Amino acid sequence: MFAPWADPAARPLVRFDGVSKRFGTATAVERVSLDIFSGEFFALLGPSGCGKTTLLRLLAGLEMPDDGRILLDGAELTTVPPYRRPINLMFQSYALFPHLTVEGNVAFGLKQEALPKAEIASRVDEMLALVRLEGFAKRKPQHLSGGQRQRVALARSLIKRPRVLLLDEPLAALDKKLRSETQFELMQLQESLGLTFVIVTHDQQEAMTVAGRIAVMDHGRLVQVATPQEIYERPTSRWVADFIGEINLIEGSVTEVGRSGTVVASAAGRLRALSPADVTAGDVVWVALRPEKVRIALEPPPVEGENCVAGQVADIGYLGDLSIYKVRLDNGIIMKTAVANVTRLVERPINWDDRVWLTWSSEAAMVLTR
Amino acid sequence: MSKLEAQRSWGERLILLVPYLWLAAFFLVPFLIVLKISLSHTAVAQPPYTPVFDVAAGWSGVIRALSTLSLENYALLGSDSLYLASYIKSLEIAAGSTLLLLLIGFPIAYGMARAPRRWQPVVFVLVVLPFWTSFLIRIYAWINILQRDGLLNQLLLALRIVDEPPAWLSTDTAVYLGIVYSYLPFMVLPIYATLEKMDETLLEAAADLGCPNWKAFWLVTLPLSRPGMVAGALLCFIPIVGEFVIPDLLGSSQTMMIGQTLWAEFFANRDWPVASAVAVVLLCLLVMPIVIYEQVQTRDLARGG
Repeated sequence: MFAPWADPAARPLVRFDGVSKRFGTATAVERVSLDIFSGEFFALLGPSGCGKTTLLRLLAGLEMPDDGRILLDGAELTTVPPYRRPINLMFQSYALFPHLTVEGNVAFGLKQEALPKAEIASRVDEMLALVRLEGFAKRKPQHLSGGQRQRVALARSLIKRPRVLLLDEPLAALDKKLRSETQFELMQLQESLGLTFVIVTHDQQEAMTVAGRIAVMDHGRLVQVATPQEIYERPTSRWVADFIGEINLIEGSVTEVGRSGTVVASAAGRLRALSPADVTAGDVVWVALRPEKVRIALEPPPVEGENCVAGQVADIGYLGDLSIYKVRLDNGIIMKTAVANVTRLVERPINWDDRVWLTWSSEAAMVLTR
Repeated sequence: MSKLEAQRSWGERLILLVPYLWLAAFFLVPFLIVLKISLSHTAVAQPPYTPVFDVAAGWSGVIRALSTLSLENYALLGSDSLYLASYIKSLEIAAGSTLLLLLIGFPIAYGMARAPRRWQPVVFVLVVLPFWTSFLIRIYAWINILQRDGLLNQLLLALRIVDEPPAWLSTDTAVYLGIVYSYLPFMVLPIYATLEKMDETLLEAAADLGCPNWKAFWLVTLPLSRPGMVAGALLCFIPIVGEFVIPDLLGSSQTMMIGQTLWAEFFANRDWPVASAVAVVLLCLLVMPIVIYEQVQTRDLARGG
């Protein structure tokens, strides 16, 4: 399995070493240290204004860090101007040159290297074929659709065969259907070219889909860097758990820590979680539960015990593939549960104001300390 | 519904008609009058040319008048080298000063567009500010500056750059100076408008793809500001060709620009027909660059699509 980040002997391709960037009094990036390895599809994910784009621009050389160093293959990159970095950026706005044709835009990077004309022409053709724009070489960007422009921008930033390709919200301007198609195309492209991609996105689904590893950012700091599975199943904080997907959080205090898990006393009763957490009895913690891991039933379970709470259905959201039930527990807490609609529903088995029981296994629950 | 549409299309037609009526009343009709005068003969009369349409004589009068029209004034323009020299002089000065205006105006516009956002209104006002003083007064001020014991020569003498005060007035240098000074805002503002609209991420994209700043300027900024430069050049070139006041006040009387020749024909010689012929030829000369520009534009558009 491809996981160079787990190998202590692996040398990173890109290394951020304590990098900070301030704009006036606002800190956009704060002491970020991060390794990105060759061949990775890496995502920078966070809400808008979290500093992810600034981090990308620092790597492209369009911003200079106030502190820290950026290394490429172990060599100092911080002082190298953008036009000498073997790194290319696909801009969110695409930034296509309006006075040049598709061909002219794609060839732009190669022309700066003074390559022979014939080689430029053949590489442009090859690149246009790769992004399926063969027939559009002589068009101006303003005569293309949004999806076509996006592909021109991609071709333009790929043609120099960069060591790292940076993508700043590359799919934000596309409609939903085209976006999910393009996500898979990007993944195939990255794999077949064997390049290193770093993508910036605010869309957690997009990051989960395309990336092998995700760095979640907030207020200029890295909050968690891990694989999508790890971030989803083992978030390190309530903030990450809430930002990635849906989460139920129940506050309580630890009463028991043992081999059979952590027991938490909460307003919803005694809850047991198997997730390993560095806690001792008496700590204030949050039991975190993904809605799809919570079962809902009209009858109480045969053996009533831990991880079972009762309540009343307050709201139902029908999403087609899923139904989301919001249940008001007897103590007032609202919990969400997602149920896959595996059979065609003509009539809902569970309805508004029904009395229901929610249960979950102790493997499904996580204990978060912050 | 259909009635409403019909009404709207009537209103739209009316609105479209307004500029055409305006052009007809204030451009086409006067042009036809000038054209007719240019084909007439000089006469000691009021007005100082014949024939005059005799409306009282009806159609036959009009036809009789038309039959006496001739091209002799245009033949005169070709035969007397004074006119040709004056056209050439005008085009030369207009082309030269338009080039100077581009060279001076572009950096100013570029500086304005690159100035911090909050300074831009201030710089903008500074460029437009000279318009708040009468044009004539500003040209007279230049006479003061350029005359033999004027400010410029005093400065040059004080700095010991020259020993003898050079003559500035009544030279082509003074004409160029006056024209460039007067027309600068007309060059700066259109260029500024295109530069200000330019998306700065395009320059970042150029840098990202391997362009140092100077090359990005050459490959991106300059081509994208071309529409502004063309507009500025037309806005300056066309009125400069017909410029009268600046060469008359600052230039020499040896070679006249076409505006001065025109003035002399109308007012000194009272030769309206020849003056009108001069004006018609001038108009044809000026329409040419616009037609060429239009053709380039349509060709570019066709190529883009």
